[in-house]
Amino acid sequence: MTRYAMVADLRRCVGCQTCTAACKESRATPPGVQFRRVLDLEVGEYPEVQRVFLPTGCQHCDEPPCLEVCPSTATRKRDDGIVTIDESLCIGCSACIMACPYDARSMVDAQAFAYGDEAMANERYRANPDRIGVAMKCDFCVDRVDAGVAKGLVPGVDPAATPMCVQSCISGALHFGDLDDPDSNVSRLLAENQSFRMHEDLGTGPGFHYLWDKGAL
Amino acid sequence: MRQNETARRQRNWDLRAAGNFIGGGSGTGLLIAAALATLLPQAGPGVAVWPVLVGMGFVMMGLGLVWLEIGKPWRAFNVFFHPQTSWMTREGFLAAPLLGCAAAAVWFQSAPLLWLAGLLAAGFLYCQARILKASKAIPAWSHPRTVPLIIATALAEGSGLFLLLGAAGSRTMIALALAAAIAREALRESYRRGLVQAGAPAGTLEWFGHPATRVLQGTRLLAMALLLAALLGVAGTLSPLLAALGGGLAAIGGFGLKIILVTRAAFTRGLRIPFTPSRGRGPTAAVLPAAMLRQGKR
Repeated sequence: MTRYAMVADLRRCVGCQTCTAACKESRATPPGVQFRRVLDLEVGEYPEVQRVFLPTGCQHCDEPPCLEVCPSTATRKRDDGIVTIDESLCIGCSACIMACPYDARSMVDAQAFAYGDEAMANERYRANPDRIGVAMKCDFCVDRVDAGVAKGLVPGVDPAATPMCVQSCISGALHFGDLDDPDSNVSRLLAENQSFRMHEDLGTGPGFHYLWDKGAL
Repeated sequence: MRQNETARRQRNWDLRAAGNFIGGGSGTGLLIAAALATLLPQAGPGVAVWPVLVGMGFVMMGLGLVWLEIGKPWRAFNVFFHPQTSWMTREGFLAAPLLGCAAAAVWFQSAPLLWLAGLLAAGFLYCQARILKASKAIPAWSHPRTVPLIIATALAEGSGLFLLLGAAGSRTMIALALAAAIAREALRESYRRGLVQAGAPAGTLEWFGHPATRVLQGTRLLAMALLLAALLGVAGTLSPLLAALGGGLAAIGGFGLKIILVTRAAFTRGLRIPFTPSRGRGPTAAVLPAAMLRQGKR
């Protein structure tokens, strides 16, 4: 089996937002919608204050709460763990947006482009009326992953089969790979470092892991 | 250590969505009250026409508003595709039989059909409450005490409207409306305490002290006082008037509660980290969860 997951090394992330820009360029999301975000968190109180850069987005959960509430079956989970949205089925009820504790889903009511009425090349390529009035989110660049696997490439290792955010990360903070493969990059990172997942108490089983210190727990 | 708040108010469900919960709650509450009224010893044969028709109207209004809310209204029938886990699908499945049974109960003046409609209404109402509870992004909705609060609110609205629509002379129905209103207040307080204990976002908790919330609370307390006065018969022949007025205020208080719950107090959970990363000279630190920060820990 395969279980694709993302690992973000919080020690390495410098908050440059290159992943954010790469995602925006690749997916041509409407203004105000961002699949890969990096939050700038402030932790502690003066004078003991730290900034933490937190890459976030769809966590591709083991038990996606968005899938459970979706009345139209538009939200699905593939065998490899990637959670997708069938835009031709979605009714735009927003129940999934209310169910996602990671604030990873968005919806827009009208077609809009970054620079007014004129669409850029990437926006023209991705323009699709089916994306208006329905839920949208990160899908781990499933088109790149599938195309890469079809060519015999390894997602997370071969750039052409790897999500754009990971591909573009300048500090080596973002990693993508197969958790079911004990020799994959993500499996090794999780075995060698201490990690957490967000809102683990909710039982969603996020497929997005954060490294915060060296050494196994 | 504490982390800055990242919770924000949800922007996707507006007054139309609140109207769905108002219509569904009041409509089903009214149908349940009408069904219960047929069991009273003094009840005549047949069913009360206007309460059932108004109850159906409320349910249809709620469904109509949610239809206006969704992004792809012409695909609305896709709502029926996921009964395995979706409470929205289950609510959709119950809507047609509920309205059909209620209409048939009026047409045939059949109490048994109205009981069946009341049962379906209870199921519809439970689905609505579970739709909110399944919303894990919104702590004010996903808290387990949301379900009894929504159900009690619907019963208070429905039984109050039932008095307003002609049953204000029945002491039993006045007692039922008063009991529902008291239960709603008790469950609301329990719900508020539950949210505080669970460390709900500050934006949510602030709404419990907001002036609009206070006014609504005053409205509901006045409704209870009027219902109690009517039940005790302190106003003599004016007691039915007090009961009708109290019932109407009980319903209005419920509408306001849902508008605030859905559109104003609905803050997201926000993103939180349990540990800071080790970088540079500083050590790592555990970041306290919101519930512990609410208890004054730093």
